[in-house]
Amino acid sequence: MAVTTDRDVGSRMPGDRGVWAWITTVDHKRIGMLYAVTALVFFLVAGVEALLIRLQLAGPNGEVLTADAYNQLFTMHGLTMVFLVVMPVAAAFTNYFLPIMIGARDVAFPRLNAFSYWLFLFSGLMIYSSFFVGGAPDGAWVGYAPLSEQLPEVVRMDYWAIGLNLLGISSIAASANFIATVLTMRTRGMTMLRMPVFVWMSLVVAFLLIFSLPSVSVGLFQLLLDRNAGFLFYVSAAGGDPLLWQHLFWIFGHPEVYVLILPAMGIVSEILPVFSRKPLFGYPFVVFSGAAIGFIGFGVWAHHMFTSGMGPIAEAGFGIATMIIAVPTGVKIFNWIGTMWGGRLRLQTPMLFAIGFIAMFVIGGLSGVTHAIVPSDTQQHDSYYVVAHFHYVLFGGAIFGYVAGVYYWFPKWTGRLLDEGLGKIHFWLMLIGFNMTFAPMHILGLNGMPRRTYQYGSGLGWDFWNLLATLGALVIGVSFLVFIYNLIVSKRNGAISGPDPWDGRTLEWTIPSPPPVYNFAEEPTVHALDDFWHQKYAEDDEGRMVPIQPVKGGALAVDKETGGDDDGEPDIHMPTASFYPALSSFGIVVAGFGMVYLPWGWISVGVGLAITLWGLFGWSLEPVTKEH
Amino acid sequence: MSTADTTTPAEAHDSGHDIYPVRKTAMWVFLGSEAIFFGSMIATFLLYRNTTDGGPGTEIFNIPFTSASSFVLLMSSLTMVLGLNAYERKDMRQTRIWLVATALLGATFLAGQIFEFTEFYHEGLTPQTSPFGSAFYMLTGFHGAHVAIGVLLLTAMVILSRQGRLYPDRGLNVELVGLYWHFVDIVWIVIFTVVYLMQV
Repeated sequence: MAVTTDRDVGSRMPGDRGVWAWITTVDHKRIGMLYAVTALVFFLVAGVEALLIRLQLAGPNGEVLTADAYNQLFTMHGLTMVFLVVMPVAAAFTNYFLPIMIGARDVAFPRLNAFSYWLFLFSGLMIYSSFFVGGAPDGAWVGYAPLSEQLPEVVRMDYWAIGLNLLGISSIAASANFIATVLTMRTRGMTMLRMPVFVWMSLVVAFLLIFSLPSVSVGLFQLLLDRNAGFLFYVSAAGGDPLLWQHLFWIFGHPEVYVLILPAMGIVSEILPVFSRKPLFGYPFVVFSGAAIGFIGFGVWAHHMFTSGMGPIAEAGFGIATMIIAVPTGVKIFNWIGTMWGGRLRLQTPMLFAIGFIAMFVIGGLSGVTHAIVPSDTQQHDSYYVVAHFHYVLFGGAIFGYVAGVYYWFPKWTGRLLDEGLGKIHFWLMLIGFNMTFAPMHILGLNGMPRRTYQYGSGLGWDFWNLLATLGALVIGVSFLVFIYNLIVSKRNGAISGPDPWDGRTLEWTIPSPPPVYNFAEEPTVHALDDFWHQKYAEDDEGRMVPIQPVKGGALAVDKETGGDDDGEPDIHMPTASFYPALSSFGIVVAGFGMVYLPWGWISVGVGLAITLWGLFGWSLEPVTKEH
Repeated sequence: MSTADTTTPAEAHDSGHDIYPVRKTAMWVFLGSEAIFFGSMIATFLLYRNTTDGGPGTEIFNIPFTSASSFVLLMSSLTMVLGLNAYERKDMRQTRIWLVATALLGATFLAGQIFEFTEFYHEGLTPQTSPFGSAFYMLTGFHGAHVAIGVLLLTAMVILSRQGRLYPDRGLNVELVGLYWHFVDIVWIVIFTVVYLMQV
C-alpha cells in the first residue's frame, strides 16, 4: 500500500530541487505548476488594477486616478486577464493533466513545452516593464486603429503589439504540442471517444488558437509597421481602412473567447460526474457541441462590429450565426443539469464552484444572446451592459470553472486537500461579491453609462449602482484573500488526500498524489470511458452500483503499479532537463525589447537573435534522454 | 515513405506507440497556422490592390521576370523531392547534392526578389507610397523571409549531415524541412496568381 506520509508530500523528485531544476525542467507537471503560479501572480496584479478602476468609479467625478492612469489600468487589466491569467491557467491544467488523462508520460515535445512557458513569462514581464519606462499600453486590449497608431513616439502601444505577438508564438507552440500529444500519444485503448471531456476541450482550444492567432498576428505586424516604418495600412488619408484592423482582430478575438471558456467547460464536465456519482449525461453530445462551438466560433466575429456600418446583410448574417452558437452551448448546459439530475450530489467545494459556473454562465450566455440582435446591440455597444455580459461569462464562467479545478485537483498536485470550511467561505463570498459587482452593470449599461470612461457626472442615476459594484469588488478581493490563505495553509498542513480523494473516474486518480515524474509505472490499458470508475464499481442486477472490492482511498491501482515503495522505482527513460528552451525564449524577448526602441534597439535585436540561435542550435544538437 | 518516423522513438517515448508520426503531426499543424498567416496578408492585399493613392499600381509588375523566378522556386520543390528520395535510400552524398541544389534555387529566387524590390523602389513604389505598396511589400517580404529561413535550414541540414550529426529521430529531419519547403512554394503559387496574374 503506497501510504503517503507527511515526509513524502512534495518530494517526488529527490535530488532534483532548487531554482536551476525549475529553470531547466521539461516535466509537464512542473511546467504546469509554473504556469499556475505565474498566472496566480498576474491574477493578483490584474485584481489590484480592477480594484483601482472600481475605486475611481465608486462615486461621480472620481479623483483616485488621472484619465491617463485610468486608460493604462483598464487596458492592462483586460490584457492581463485574457493573456496572462486565463490562457495560462488553462495551459496549467492542460499541461498537468492532459498527458496523464490520456495515459502518457509527457507531452509530445517536452522542451518545446518549456519554451512556451518561458516565452509566456518573459513576454508578460516585458509588457509589465512598460509601467516603469513611461507608462503601460493605454489603447484598450483590442488596440483599435487608428487610435493605437497615434503618437508613435510614445512607445506604450509598441509594448502591447510586440508583447502580444510574442505571447502568440508561445501559444502556437503550445497548441501544436498539445495537438500532437493528443493525436499520437494516447495509451492503449484510449480511443478519441474515451478521452475525458477536458482533453477534448483542450484539443478544440488548441485548434482554435492555431487557426485564429495568425490573423491578429498579421494585424499586429501591420500596426507595428505603420507606427515605426511609415507603412500606410490604417492611415485613412492615404486610403487605408481602419476597419481592417477590427476584422483581423476579431477573427482572432472571437475564437479567443472560446479559448478562454472551453477549458473551464471541460473542467466542469469532469467535476460534475464525480460529485454526482453518475456518468456525464450525453458524453458525445458534450464533446461534439464543444467542437461545434469551435467551428461556429470562427463565423461570428463581426458581431463585435455591429455599429461599424457593415450594412444590413453582413449584420443579419453574423447576427443569425451568433444566435446559432447558443444552440451547442445550450446543449452543454442541459447535459450538465442532466448529469446532476437524480445523482447523489456531494456539495463539496469543487462541486459548489462547478454549479456556480453553470448558473453564472447561463446569465452571461443569455445577455450574450441579446447582443446577437442587431438593433438591441446597437444600443448596448460600448456600454457597461457589455462589461456586465463578458464578466458573467469570463469571471462567472471561466474563473469559477478554473477555481473549481484548483479545488478539485489541488490534492493531485500536492497530496493534500484544500480546507473545506475556508473553501465554502471563499465560494459564498465570491458568488455574492461577483453578483454585487457585475449585476448592477447591466442596469448601468442600459441607462447609458459608457465603458472606458474615467469619470461620470452626478445626477445621472448611476451613483448607487456604481457604489454597490465597488463594494462588491472589495468582497471579491476578500474572497481571494481567503483563497490564497487556504492555498498556503493547506499546502503545509492540509489533510492528506491519498491518490483518489473524490472517488474519481479518470486516469489521474489511479496514480499517487503527487504523481511520480514518469506518471505511470506501467502504461495503463483503457477499456471504456471512465475506465477507473469501472475498475472500482460494477452494477448489480437492478442497475445499482456496487463496489468491486473495498476501496481504501481508491488506491487499488497504485498498489499494483508502483509496487509500494521507492525501491521499486521502475527504469523509465524520461527527457533530460534542458537549459536551451529558457535561453531561446529569453533571446526572443531581448529582440522584442529592441523592436520597441528602434533604431538604437537594433543592437538589442541582434543580441537577442544571436542568443536565440545559440539556444536553438544547442537545443537541436543535445541528446534528448539519459538513464533515469 | 515515412520510415524515419516509424522506426524511431520520437522524443524519448519508449511507449510502444511511436509508430505515429509525432513530429510530422506538429509540422502539419504549424503549417496550418502559417496558411492563415499568409491568408490574412493576402486578404489585406486584395483589399488594397487598387488603393494606390496616386502612386504606381499593379501595372508595375514585370510578369515575364517574375514568371522566371517563380519557375526557379517551383523547380526547387523538385530537387527537394529528389533530396528526400535519396535520404530515404540512405544515400547521404546524393542527399547533400540535392539539398544544396534546393538551397541554391531558393537563394536565386531571393536574389530575384531583391532585384525586383530595387526596381520597384526606383520606379516609385515603396511601402510608404500607398496602402497598395504596404500590402505588397509586407506579403512578399514575409514570403521571402520564409524562403530565407528555408535556405538556412537546408544549409544546416547539409552541414550537420557532413559532420554525421543528422539524426533521423531528433529535431528537424529532411522530411520535415521538405514539408516546410513545399508549403512555402505552394504559398508562392497563390501569391503569384493572386498578386501578379489576377489583373481585375
